[in-house]
Amino acid sequence: MPLPSRLTTEDIPDLCQKMRGTLLTTIVNARMGHVGGDLSVIDILGTLYFGVLRVDPTDPHAESRDRFVLSKGHCSVALYTTLAYAGFLPIEELASFAAPLSRLNGHPCNRKLPGVETSTGPLGHGLPVATGIAIGGKLSGADWRVFVVVGDGELQEGSNWEAMMSAAHQRLDNLTLIVDRNQLQQGDRTSAVTSMEPLAERFAAFGWETHEVDGHDHAALESLLSSPNTSGRPRCLIAATVKGQGVSFIRDRVEWHHKVPSREQLATALAELEVAS
Amino acid sequence: MSELFDCRDAFVATLEELAEQDPRIVAVVNDSIGSSKLTGFRRRWPERLINVGIAEQTLVGVGAGLANAGHKPFVCAASCFLTGRALEQIKADIVYSQAQVVLCGISSGVAYGELGPTHHSIEDLAWTRVLPGLEIIVPADPVETAAAVRYAYAAEGPVFLRLSRIGVPRLLDERYRYEPGRAQVLRDGADLTLIACGVLVHRALEAAERLSDLGLEARVLNLASIAPLDRREIVRAAQQTGAILTLEEHSVRGGMGSAVAEAVVAEAPCRMKLMGFEDFAPTGEANFLLDHVGMSVDGIVDAAQRLVGEPLVAK
Repeated sequence: MPLPSRLTTEDIPDLCQKMRGTLLTTIVNARMGHVGGDLSVIDILGTLYFGVLRVDPTDPHAESRDRFVLSKGHCSVALYTTLAYAGFLPIEELASFAAPLSRLNGHPCNRKLPGVETSTGPLGHGLPVATGIAIGGKLSGADWRVFVVVGDGELQEGSNWEAMMSAAHQRLDNLTLIVDRNQLQQGDRTSAVTSMEPLAERFAAFGWETHEVDGHDHAALESLLSSPNTSGRPRCLIAATVKGQGVSFIRDRVEWHHKVPSREQLATALAELEVAS
Repeated sequence: MSELFDCRDAFVATLEELAEQDPRIVAVVNDSIGSSKLTGFRRRWPERLINVGIAEQTLVGVGAGLANAGHKPFVCAASCFLTGRALEQIKADIVYSQAQVVLCGISSGVAYGELGPTHHSIEDLAWTRVLPGLEIIVPADPVETAAAVRYAYAAEGPVFLRLSRIGVPRLLDERYRYEPGRAQVLRDGADLTLIACGVLVHRALEAAERLSDLGLEARVLNLASIAPLDRREIVRAAQQTGAILTLEEHSVRGGMGSAVAEAVVAEAPCRMKLMGFEDFAPTGEANFLLDHVGMSVDGIVDAAQRLVGEPLVAK
């Protein structure tokens, strides 16, 4: 399958920086969104859509497509922004995010927006569904792959651990899980709520091929996500990220889980992003 | 006494028949191979029998994923766990996402009578009936079970198939085809209507015969299609017979009787009584429990006679 929007590794960081500006603007206009998580996950999404996934916006349901599931569905603005830049919807349509009757819900719905594989929002759903997709791919002998992003706080949901056991038992090496390990959840640091370290060891103990990677290093992400997996084990990337990455006053601050920046703060943020790129 | 059938046999026989023709069919279980009677399926197609372990949330999520990947999943588990533990997965992954999955609630109602209320599934219709876009079928006998499996296989959206293991006689002709949204008039009558589903249908028919001997002609509707609901036939029964008694192996709150009542109260108010479980059921064999809460044939006859004698608005 062609990659209509594949970029070179050198171009992806700039694009992600641009998408940061777009998603912030979208959130400020809608006066709604999960700004911290959107900014922590955007480099992962940008790397997937512009460097890794075999998907085609002109044929979003193609049988041979790679599948991507955003389990942390509250970061829908990051997903919608990425899908828009990848050609699944007009970029201008992002202005309708969360507007009355918009197809761009607060949480993504597969029945409304092509490119979304399954509706997410309640946490702990994406990995079981992705596990089922991967089992299906194995049954069909397909060469497409399945990628799923979960938040680190989301791992407190027990359903993830059910699916982790099952995916390892089923030897799903066509499945890649990326943990957006930004160390913050809605109310506090993850370590203060329910400690999950040593996370990599836990995944390894569950039978997963486990990697730790800088979740803002596009080249490192792309290299790991693109490399074939014939280990007979599902793959996990624990992507170390910073919630609010890219904007100084939002970065690594728990209160920015879903706070909406003011117009002035947006201008400051856009200026910071401009300087950085 | 007529021969009694465990409808799980018709379920698996039909599933295997379809699976022979369509390699996309897969069965997904939570270590429930024996209780779903899928040992034969596993022997024939071991790779198409996916056992996720005792993990219902993953069970349902995996079902949704398999549908996304182009397969035809039949997700089979004890109804109490399938609908109770994984209700949010049923809502979000299956129904809201419109995954083409057949959810097979095995041993629903009080089939696990002696095991107690943790294993009874007398809430499952209430939990699933509120989800728009989920078809719900409660077959009454082996013929209807087979027809429902064939229908669910070909359906365009998700289906919840609520199955029992309680022995029931064959009621329907082999030519029967399941039609969604259609209540089946099994017996005509003008004095009152008994509306039943699942394992209560044969009791309703027997009660109607007894009522006839007592001078009351009861219409009997088999309401296997809980969703979509045949409002037209229900309203016709309310208008023509003036009294409706519903019989279900479920809580009286939120189940089939409540669905009937919603239609009746909106379009043709009449005397109604909902029979089923008012409380967590005590311990006992399934048929004992149905008798115990008043749904023995004698109990149904008594309730019907009282209902017909009652004024429309109770004082």
